[in-house]
Amino acid sequence: MPHDHHDHDHLSPSGHPFRADDDTDLSYWQTMEIAVRELLVEKDITTPTEIANQIETMDARTPSNGAKVVARAWADPDFHAALMKDAAAATREMGFDIGPLKLIAVENTGDIHNMIVCTLCSCYPRNLLGLPPDWYKSRAYRSRTVREPRSVLAEFGVSLPDSTKVRVHDSTADMRYIVIPKRPQGTENMSQDELVALVTRDSMIGTGVAKAP
Amino acid sequence: MTQAVRVKSMMPPGHVRTPIYLRGKIGVIERSLGEFPNPEDLAYGLPATAKPLHRVRFTMDEVWGADAENPCDTLDAEIYAHWLEPADAT
Repeated sequence: MPHDHHDHDHLSPSGHPFRADDDTDLSYWQTMEIAVRELLVEKDITTPTEIANQIETMDARTPSNGAKVVARAWADPDFHAALMKDAAAATREMGFDIGPLKLIAVENTGDIHNMIVCTLCSCYPRNLLGLPPDWYKSRAYRSRTVREPRSVLAEFGVSLPDSTKVRVHDSTADMRYIVIPKRPQGTENMSQDELVALVTRDSMIGTGVAKAP
Repeated sequence: MTQAVRVKSMMPPGHVRTPIYLRGKIGVIERSLGEFPNPEDLAYGLPATAKPLHRVRFTMDEVWGADAENPCDTLDAEIYAHWLEPADAT
């Protein structure tokens, strides 16, 4: 019985500890966010509707947007060239509303594997890919990726030979990055729409590779 | 020709975008990105002058020395020009 604590304190029937509830008090910063938001509304600088709309706009951005960009880059040499030259402009040209995002595309090849991190905070191309995964913001990912990228990659299931050069990109300032994963073998006859399904979020961060067909 | 640069070792207080682990390290400018408002001013609501921003490529050997997993792997980071000096400056 899960709530019998006589024998195994805080252990679930499976033998693992129960996860702590997260219904704790507001943090200092959460309180400040609420105060600033309410002030902005009271002063008619913004409205609750505008805020809700912005949240909906951000939530509507998902890794599938990036997957469409990658698939087109695989299938369309002209778009590929435009993307490598100016990824933000090429992405806007596809119709994505990415706001002021400044984007650099880096490409994996047989010899090079790229990986994105932000050691200072958690810069991420949200305006294209949506919100980052929680681990991307973790101190462990941020500190270890610049120091031992191969070990981190191995933990994500990506084992690279020494002959593959790892390029870590620390997104420290004004640019954001997207990895164009290597196009999987055996996809020569696939349509652009079919290719989209092979592109994972992690492959665009560089902690994964594109799925095999 | 790629330009070799050293990240200045300075430790100014405040909001800076230059990671501590890269200070004093030598890399080459991979590409220049144009000018951006100085984040060191923006963070405090001050009028921000535009500063050139460069992407600098370091080898893992340069950054971590003998601790590098693979010395030939590289790390790129965006560094503002006022944080950079010629690699041969003394």
